[in-house]
Amino acid sequence: MTPTPRPSLWEYANPVKFMRLSDWLLPLTAWLAAAAIAVGLVWGFFLTPDDFRQGSTVKIIFLHVPSALMAINAWAMMLVASLVWLIRRHHVSALAARAAGPVGAMMTLIALFTGAIWGQPMWGTWWAWDPRLTSFLILFLFYLGYIALWSAIEDPDTAADLTAVLCIVGSVFAVLSRYAAIFWNQGLHQGASLSVAPGTRMDWAYKAPLYVSMTGFGLLFLALVLAGTRTEIRARRMKALINRERMQG
Amino acid sequence: MIALLARDLRLAMRAGGGFGLGLAFFLVLAVLVPLGVGPEGGTLAAIAPGILWIGALLACLLSLDRIFALDFEDGSLDLLATAPIPLEGVVAVKALAHWLTTGLPLVLAAPVLGILLNLPGPAYGELVVSLLIGTPALSVIGAFGAALTVGLKRGGLLMSLLVLPLYVPTLVFGAEAVSRGAQGLPVATPLLLLAGITAGSTALLPFAAALALRINLR
Amino acid sequence: MMPDLGRYAVEVTLAYAVSLALLATLVGWVWLRGRRVRRALADIEARAGRKG
Repeated sequence: MTPTPRPSLWEYANPVKFMRLSDWLLPLTAWLAAAAIAVGLVWGFFLTPDDFRQGSTVKIIFLHVPSALMAINAWAMMLVASLVWLIRRHHVSALAARAAGPVGAMMTLIALFTGAIWGQPMWGTWWAWDPRLTSFLILFLFYLGYIALWSAIEDPDTAADLTAVLCIVGSVFAVLSRYAAIFWNQGLHQGASLSVAPGTRMDWAYKAPLYVSMTGFGLLFLALVLAGTRTEIRARRMKALINRERMQG
Repeated sequence: MIALLARDLRLAMRAGGGFGLGLAFFLVLAVLVPLGVGPEGGTLAAIAPGILWIGALLACLLSLDRIFALDFEDGSLDLLATAPIPLEGVVAVKALAHWLTTGLPLVLAAPVLGILLNLPGPAYGELVVSLLIGTPALSVIGAFGAALTVGLKRGGLLMSLLVLPLYVPTLVFGAEAVSRGAQGLPVATPLLLLAGITAGSTALLPFAAALALRINLR
Repeated sequence: MMPDLGRYAVEVTLAYAVSLALLATLVGWVWLRGRRVRRALADIEARAGRKG
């Protein structure tokens, strides 16, 4: 008599099980994401009061902070997925990391754009080499390199391995770059503190829609990664079928 | 290992080996920048530390694909991978050879180009020291990038995209040390941080690079 | 019913427009790519099925 295996998270590393799970999870997260983002942004755009200092530009926070948050979380998720792939060789994990790349890059881009548009009236410039902005720009470069490496390598397992190594090394250097940017700017322009410091005594009138919007962006990220992973699994299966056809002649 | 180092150095010195190419590129850049931004001494002095460091960075990048590509094509990399010395050691030796043929000449040439760029007097010491400390990191990080892209037919451009973001911390601390030197400020902090990056990447990245090489050789 | 955005109306609207456009691009890209791959796979599976 064989003992029935204890159900665990690793079950979903099986592509078939993953497809079955995501069959119902994907529409669920997609609709929840759409709803939360719609509520958060409509609430933020139409129903929040102007800040006494920043005027209506404070409404940009409902886009800027959630996208910046997801830009960093997407990289963290890629790092975890890469480690899982390297250690336990679960294909779904590698493909999920691949699917997260473009999503994270786009989130970084949104954070940069909204930051620039916000900075224009507040700081009088579209772009300042503030440590935070600089590290986000560098993060964007890392995303570009990661995506480019994935699409450059023909063999899927080699691509998964090499991008996982790049992701791990890149994470270390991304953190280093963050501290380098802080050091660099304070070293050159002393006392130029441009940071907006959103945490300082923010009113619930702003906090509530911000949390809704953050939840929405998180769910959107989840839905997009699920959808992307499904696509990658299908693409992988397609490649295998094509190869088999060729073999049979 | 010493034999490997000698072989790599000999190959690099030989015609077409790329030795001096980086150096020539460095010189051309130092000539082109004043032509682009104008001959005013003040402007040049202000940007000289950054330009010299970026020049060193790009000159290093230029010869990176030679670290593994030739050995990969003619199959000697497979032999090295099965040789009794660990692949991590091979990577370290190859990075060292790259530094000796590219980084070290850049360090020696930098003061001369500093004159061309009107670098302020007190910064020369910092320029040489920071390049001496920082360029080994450029070679090791570059060896990692070269190991990642060695199996690709046109990996050169992709490698630049992968390696240049990794160069950010080195560039920041290196150029910062030189410009602090130019302003007469203390330079110990950036130099120590630079040394930390070099030490850390020299210790750890050969393992990552060897891992990438093994994957590519599968 | 547009809210009164005061002096910064252009900036705020622009930020929302750009972000929503980028999000739409991302969602559209993921969707289209997913649909393309799904159809291609269905094609190939049908072909493989015929052959046995």
